[in-house]
Amino acid sequence: MRPQRVIESIRFSLLSPDEIRKMSVTSVVTADTYDEDGFPIERGLMDRRLGVVEPGLTCRTCGGGPKDCPGHFGHIELARPVIHVNYVETIFELLQSTCRKCGRILLKEEERERLLQEMEGKEEWWKVSEKAVQTAKGRQECPHCGEEQEEVKFEKPFTFMEGKGRLTPSDIRTRLERIRTEDLRLLGLDPSVRPEWMVLQVLLVPPVTVRPSITLETGVRSEDDLTHKLVDIIRINQRLAENMEAGAPHLIVEDLWELLQYHVATYFSNEISGVPPARHRSGRVLRTLGQRLKGKEGRFRGNLSGKRVDFSARAVISPDPCLKFDEVGVPEYVARVLTVRSRVTSFNLEEMRELVRRGTEQYPGAQWVISPDGKRYDLRYADREELAQKLEPGYVVERNLRDGDIVLFNRQPSLHRMSIMAHRVRVMPGHTFRLNLCVCPLYNADFDGDEMNLHVPQSEEAQVEAMILMAVQNQIISPRFGGPIIGGIQDHITGAYLLTRKETLLDREKACQLLMQAGVEPVLPEPAVVREGVEYWTGKQLFSVLLPKDLNLTYRAKICEGCSRCKEEECEKEAYVVIENGELKRGVIDAHAYKALDKCELWDRMVKEYGVERASEFLNHVTRLSIAAAEMLGFTTSIDDEDIPRIAKERIEEKIEDAKKKVRELIEAYNREELEPLPGRSLRETLEMRIMEALAEVRDRAGQVAEKHLTLSNPAVIMARTGARGSMLNLTQMAACVGQQSVRGERLNRGYVGRVLIHFKSEDLGAEARGFVSSSYKDGLKPLEFFFHAAGGREGLVDTAVRTAQSGYMQRRLINALQDLHVEYDGTVRDDRGVIVQFLYGEDGADPMRTDNGKAVRVDRLVEKIIGGGAK
Amino acid sequence: MTGVSPETIRSEVRKLRGEVPDSVVEELERTLLRVGKERAITAEALQRVIEAVKEAHLSSLVEPGEAVGTVAAQSIGEPGTQMTLRTFHYAGVAELNVTLGLPRLIEILDTRRTPSAALMTVYLEPPYSKDKDKARAIAQEIEMTTVEDLISEMETDLMNMQLLLSLSRSRLRQKELTPSKVKEVLSRELGPKVEINVEETKLRIKAAESLSELRRLAARVRKIKLKGVKDVTKVVVKKEGEEWVIYTEGSNFAEILKMKGVDKKRTTTNNIREIEEILGIEAARNALIREMSSTLREQGLEVDIRHIMLVADMMTVKGEVRQIGRHGVSGEKSSVLARAAFEITLKHLLEASLRGEEDRLRGVTESIITGNPIPLGTGSVRLVMQGGRSERE
Repeated sequence: MRPQRVIESIRFSLLSPDEIRKMSVTSVVTADTYDEDGFPIERGLMDRRLGVVEPGLTCRTCGGGPKDCPGHFGHIELARPVIHVNYVETIFELLQSTCRKCGRILLKEEERERLLQEMEGKEEWWKVSEKAVQTAKGRQECPHCGEEQEEVKFEKPFTFMEGKGRLTPSDIRTRLERIRTEDLRLLGLDPSVRPEWMVLQVLLVPPVTVRPSITLETGVRSEDDLTHKLVDIIRINQRLAENMEAGAPHLIVEDLWELLQYHVATYFSNEISGVPPARHRSGRVLRTLGQRLKGKEGRFRGNLSGKRVDFSARAVISPDPCLKFDEVGVPEYVARVLTVRSRVTSFNLEEMRELVRRGTEQYPGAQWVISPDGKRYDLRYADREELAQKLEPGYVVERNLRDGDIVLFNRQPSLHRMSIMAHRVRVMPGHTFRLNLCVCPLYNADFDGDEMNLHVPQSEEAQVEAMILMAVQNQIISPRFGGPIIGGIQDHITGAYLLTRKETLLDREKACQLLMQAGVEPVLPEPAVVREGVEYWTGKQLFSVLLPKDLNLTYRAKICEGCSRCKEEECEKEAYVVIENGELKRGVIDAHAYKALDKCELWDRMVKEYGVERASEFLNHVTRLSIAAAEMLGFTTSIDDEDIPRIAKERIEEKIEDAKKKVRELIEAYNREELEPLPGRSLRETLEMRIMEALAEVRDRAGQVAEKHLTLSNPAVIMARTGARGSMLNLTQMAACVGQQSVRGERLNRGYVGRVLIHFKSEDLGAEARGFVSSSYKDGLKPLEFFFHAAGGREGLVDTAVRTAQSGYMQRRLINALQDLHVEYDGTVRDDRGVIVQFLYGEDGADPMRTDNGKAVRVDRLVEKIIGGGAK
Repeated sequence: MTGVSPETIRSEVRKLRGEVPDSVVEELERTLLRVGKERAITAEALQRVIEAVKEAHLSSLVEPGEAVGTVAAQSIGEPGTQMTLRTFHYAGVAELNVTLGLPRLIEILDTRRTPSAALMTVYLEPPYSKDKDKARAIAQEIEMTTVEDLISEMETDLMNMQLLLSLSRSRLRQKELTPSKVKEVLSRELGPKVEINVEETKLRIKAAESLSELRRLAARVRKIKLKGVKDVTKVVVKKEGEEWVIYTEGSNFAEILKMKGVDKKRTTTNNIREIEEILGIEAARNALIREMSSTLREQGLEVDIRHIMLVADMMTVKGEVRQIGRHGVSGEKSSVLARAAFEITLKHLLEASLRGEEDRLRGVTESIITGNPIPLGTGSVRLVMQGGRSERE
């Protein structure tokens, strides 16, 4: 292996004609690429000295094949100089600010001195140059030689005029040659750059590797866009040379020169304003140098900042509650392809031998063996038995992925660092990646066809780093706000609620069954109830088995209704949760206990006080316990959960009628101009606001009526109230009344003149005419209501689409602006230059992830624990 | 066991200064003194608390090398997807328009010259802040009144080449103006050449020579400010706790601060550029933090203040407020490759070649491009090793 070299810095500059000739391996003079036999023509664009792309050929410069030869540059000698389009504007400025005779910058000596002084030692010296150029521009007389200056005009795209006459690229070149090196900095150029190099005499021809030709299935060769463009250039260049030699009329030479300028210009950039883009024979616009670099799919963003990788897989995901939350289920057929580099040591020699013997045919096998001298053996073809025998410490085996391997798992868009986490592999049957539901909120994943990516870190260093820094357990606390972001979701919450409410009593068999399913040893405490000789345990007792024995906690559960006087421990709704010495004494477990991204009091305490290990164990057990409980106790929901009694329906209808009447009254008051306008609002706006208010109120009222009949014995209500899924608003919309639809925060109002639909009279401001939906989802919407609802729904969809685009761009900008900031050993925050941005990170040096919701030190808790707790 | 005296607590706790942030020291002192009143704190318990605080502080520190910038950017960017897009909302003060959610956040990061809904909160000094009428009077003074606000009708008399303004009596009364006062202002604004006649509530303005000139004059007259502070289009007086506060739509911070009765210490605007110009860069930084956190909080999104501070600091390190984007922070990066990889690729490459710039490859993007390890986190650690054998040899 060649010694590894590290690029330390990259210097940007212009190439001089001499340099181009020096780095060129051949001048290219023939416009043709291949001869009839399909061989590259010598001194043509596909000359074998420029490198090779097809396998089996060798480069005539370095002798390497397509894998080793990086390609070599060639050059074209231009018959007449042409302007480099990307620099026309710079050339224009140079012509304006330098003397036409002596080439000095049009600045008086003292101005020059002053500006040079100002420039001295500045990192961004070109900002001073801008000033210098501005002053020099348009000066009538040269302060150095006294020459009268003529105004230079620039006509897009690349014509320069002085007075009446045209400046040819040759004229410009001689002008630029006269500029003195000591003036260059003032003109915004580095002294290592000569301005005349912006007018090209020699054109660099990129190696074949940069513009590979592709052979289609039919055997027809198709050339790269750049090759096409170079062919054009060579062709015109040749014609120009011939015509000049033959002494052709001035006019013809001028025309050809102009044409050469066009081709060279479009070769650099095919998006110059005022220039028709160069096209392929088929009419497709050519993608030349500039376009190759630009934009999202260009070289920079598409290939250099984001690269394709090996050792990766992508598949549809599906849920598996039986996995631990730090595991990922990998289908066997994926594990058969992906490999991990495993070093053979004296400890694993026999194991590795066995893997090599099994090779690629049986699953836990291996794909490649690498001997200490770097030779690779493909186990599909090699004599595996012999190789297995040869195996000894120092060999490396690329074995298949297997249980316990560390992999990175990712779902796009990767909006935060929790979008890529390190999981442990569980190889399983099937065709999808499987993941535990607790990590869904982090990836923002669901299972409606989502796909995710998997990457296998190869070196031990990478594996260890992934395990320490990226493991799922270490991401439980979000660095965004210092609270847990992993937690229970949906059925985890419902299950826990069903289990821990007071009516749940379980006999020995069921209790043991639950604990077994949770993955804990079924050691039962004393039974809470003994009835007719049968022992019963409460769900709270089972839940307490999972809690650490020294945990003390009181908080209000999600189902708390915020009664005006809290009965605290006597709460009959079980909304007051008390945990004493690891025993759930009172209250139910719901979203406020351990739901992801909710208050999660219990879970938060577990993570912060008992550490990640203990907390992970708890979460794995508790989620399985909850799901088992939900299964055992039975939980289902259906459309008739939203049924409400006829009396309630009638009450709701009354309320809606009342509201509609109120709206009519408001409209009448408005028509009579008796409405009192709100300060700063017009009468019409006031009316709209009052109507909206009234209609919003009636929806809530209707909801309240329905809610009386939606109690915690109703599964849908259990989900909403415990915070597992859905809200009471969702339910009342289904049961009672959908309510007002809106577009842009207003009632619907656009469509026909003065009305939304032809079914209404013009200027009808009533509730029904402007999108009030009085039906419930369950009863079904009337046709017109359905239309209004669709209008409101459409706005929501458009909104989401626009929002993703906008916030995506905002985040890209934020990342780009801040990505180089890091904490130094002295606690300061600095950028890549070492510029100090903060003297102490966050003003207290605390890592948000290690804080308790932003507080670095919980003084109150520490004091309570040491003094208050001890005194108790 | 007897407890230690409050003096001992104080002196012991204060020894922590310099080791632990002052805010924590103060909080600890406060808590201990409070608890000490209820139950005795032994010398040993005190020491244990102090040790525990020290330990908690140490274990909360950031690790050197941590990519705090990226984490901050993600912490602010990621919730962006959850924010509303609704530009206008009626929050707090129902009568005023406020930009909220994602558009507001983008606006702050863009540091636009004029925010789409500029807003000032004007606090008043005691005599005015206690009295509703006095506060109202100041509000009247602040609110900008233009000719347009007063006229009930405006005619262009083509025969005599003049403008006919009819002023609304009720509006005049409301704004405490008289036709003659209006005339005074108009003639000052339009110059002596313009002839203005007052007939009760009608104003005749004669000046124009041609039709187009007359039209231009009409447009100009409409916009003439009669009283109040420029750009302040609407004022609302509201009681907040014990005092009266004025909220304004439209912002002109410099003018407001000059007014009598205005509490210069608390009065503020949501236009960060104005704060930068008038109060300086430190104030602008604080304003950025305040605006960003209130925008996020209003949306119910919890983001640690440290992330927001880092963004604000990055925007203000150079001594002027810089935009997050190509015309600011990103456009002024030292690395050519990083700039080229962000936006306007070609321009950056071409300019760099003329200036003979050198890219030292110290940042993240450049390192990725050149295939080097990223100089953050575990990549920021360097070992000095004897060269020689590479891994595969």
